[in-house]
Amino acid sequence: MGRITLDKVTKSFGEVQVIPPLDLTIDEGEFVVFVGPSGCGKSTLLRLIAGLEDITSGQIRIDRQDATHVPPAKRGLAMVFQSYALYPHMSVRKNIAFPLKMAKMDPAERDRRVDYAAKVLNLTDYMDRRPGQLSGGQRQRVAIGRAIVREPAAFLFDEPLSNLDAALRVNMRLEISELHNTLKTTMIYVTHDQVEAMTMADKIVVLHAGRIEQVGSPLELYHTPRNTFVAGFIGSPKMNLIEGPEAEKHDAHTIGIRPEHLDTSAESGLWEGRVGVSEHLGSDTFFHVHDTGLAEMLTVRASGEVALRHGDKIFLTPQMDKLHRFDAQGLRIA
Amino acid sequence: MARMISSRRKAVNTAIAWSVGLLIFFPILWTVLTSFKTEAQAIADPPIWFNFHWTLENYVTVQERSNYFRHFWNSVVISVGSTLIGLAIAVPAAWAMAFVPGKRTKDLLMWMLSTKMLPPVGVLVPIYLLFQKVGLLDTQIGLIIVLTLINLPIIVWMLYTYFREIPVDILEAARMDGAGLKDEVISVLLPMAVPGMASTVLLNIILAWNEAFWTLNLTAAKAAPLTAFIASYSSPEGLFYAKLSAASTMAIAPILIMGWFSQKQLVRGLTFGAVK
Repeated sequence: MGRITLDKVTKSFGEVQVIPPLDLTIDEGEFVVFVGPSGCGKSTLLRLIAGLEDITSGQIRIDRQDATHVPPAKRGLAMVFQSYALYPHMSVRKNIAFPLKMAKMDPAERDRRVDYAAKVLNLTDYMDRRPGQLSGGQRQRVAIGRAIVREPAAFLFDEPLSNLDAALRVNMRLEISELHNTLKTTMIYVTHDQVEAMTMADKIVVLHAGRIEQVGSPLELYHTPRNTFVAGFIGSPKMNLIEGPEAEKHDAHTIGIRPEHLDTSAESGLWEGRVGVSEHLGSDTFFHVHDTGLAEMLTVRASGEVALRHGDKIFLTPQMDKLHRFDAQGLRIA
Repeated sequence: MARMISSRRKAVNTAIAWSVGLLIFFPILWTVLTSFKTEAQAIADPPIWFNFHWTLENYVTVQERSNYFRHFWNSVVISVGSTLIGLAIAVPAAWAMAFVPGKRTKDLLMWMLSTKMLPPVGVLVPIYLLFQKVGLLDTQIGLIIVLTLINLPIIVWMLYTYFREIPVDILEAARMDGAGLKDEVISVLLPMAVPGMASTVLLNIILAWNEAFWTLNLTAAKAAPLTAFIASYSSPEGLFYAKLSAASTMAIAPILIMGWFSQKQLVRGLTFGAVK
């Protein structure tokens, strides 16, 4: 249960095509993350899979059954919304039980499943409260509870953590990953946050302007980005992209080097520059280096505390085996 | 100093609010007072305020001359009936306009509202003749149909405004949770729209209760509601202010009492969406 196939799926709103023909297979039990900048069509794609939007052409299959024209209620998928979308007039218990009530499940079995979900999600003490009386994290858990009781073929998450504060986001990220390990159900997760994508996904789908730029495991995307877009999007801080004579030395139109693959020295190195802003994180320090003549700014990630000040001279040397090369179209040169 | 100014301003505002309130309330107060006077006292010059012999005579006469409760019942049936039928039509219409809007939805809404700008007398003759042909003159059902239709634009508009405030996500969540259209509307949309629905219902009952043009023109005796009951006392045979006042008081009392008890709901509903 839970294999989802998109076959030449397109979506247009009026004259505007937001998803050009797109093929994608999501295997059973996979945790797939759709990631991309805002407006890249990732949420639209999720809504097409959910059935909340009709596709313009192509076919969607869920477990080998054609689901293209099946209404959302009948697709056997559960969705967690960015806004949680809880029913404000119902208690937590009724919220979680709602999909089971819609499925006309026997009340005893319904209660058993609701209680189980409440236990797994630490909601037992809040079952009689209304959503308005819960914190953001608790609401999110209720939304997840409402999704898991149905035992769906797949879970769809639409930026579920973006309304939470940073600390809670990290916690919920772990909880969702934990949940995936327990349930082993297919999960499709939409986010614009590449850190979420890297930490949670089995497979990342990078989207840009409705097109799939690359599909792969987090480390595949990190080590071998297929083009400059993916290279710049995956990884934090962003990969440095350098064009011009320096790139030509490597027989490329553009070369890319990640901030963590630049060695620094105060005395000597391949490229010389001047330190701009430094961001001290404790475990790492990020420098912005200017006046290298290569790009407007290069970012360097150094391990631990580094005593360099604004305006100091700095030498950078890229680790040659970690250099990425791209052609004039921005495609990776093997 | 600032506090003094603000407390003085508050006193002035309070005085203005009370004056305006009393000004609006005065005709009702005067009607009620007059209803307890004799006909002679009612037209006395200078007017008598409170210093008169209070009597219930007018109420007794009015009830003897014309059956109050029959009119009252007609008013209830017509206003509640037209409201319920109106809701049954308006809920799906407002749902569609709020959640599945098309290119012409706004135009459609404006067009519906524009029908309220038409002077009703302009269509009186065709509707009268039509009703005469199909035997709907002086029937409760005839009035229910007319009042439903004339108030429908307002019900649709109000519900549309309330529905628009409901996040689409929640309805989509219901769809994902396996709810069909019926469950989506009955289990999710309507309970969330209760405050808006309540004020729509209240306002519509009040509008239907007070509607005089159609109720006077399309009824004679059988289906005449309280508006016709009042009108029957402003007859050309002579002015009976005290009896007219008693009839008016009896006619407005039910709606006044209902409005009094539901004013909180009504005000909340009417300002819903306007104040975030």
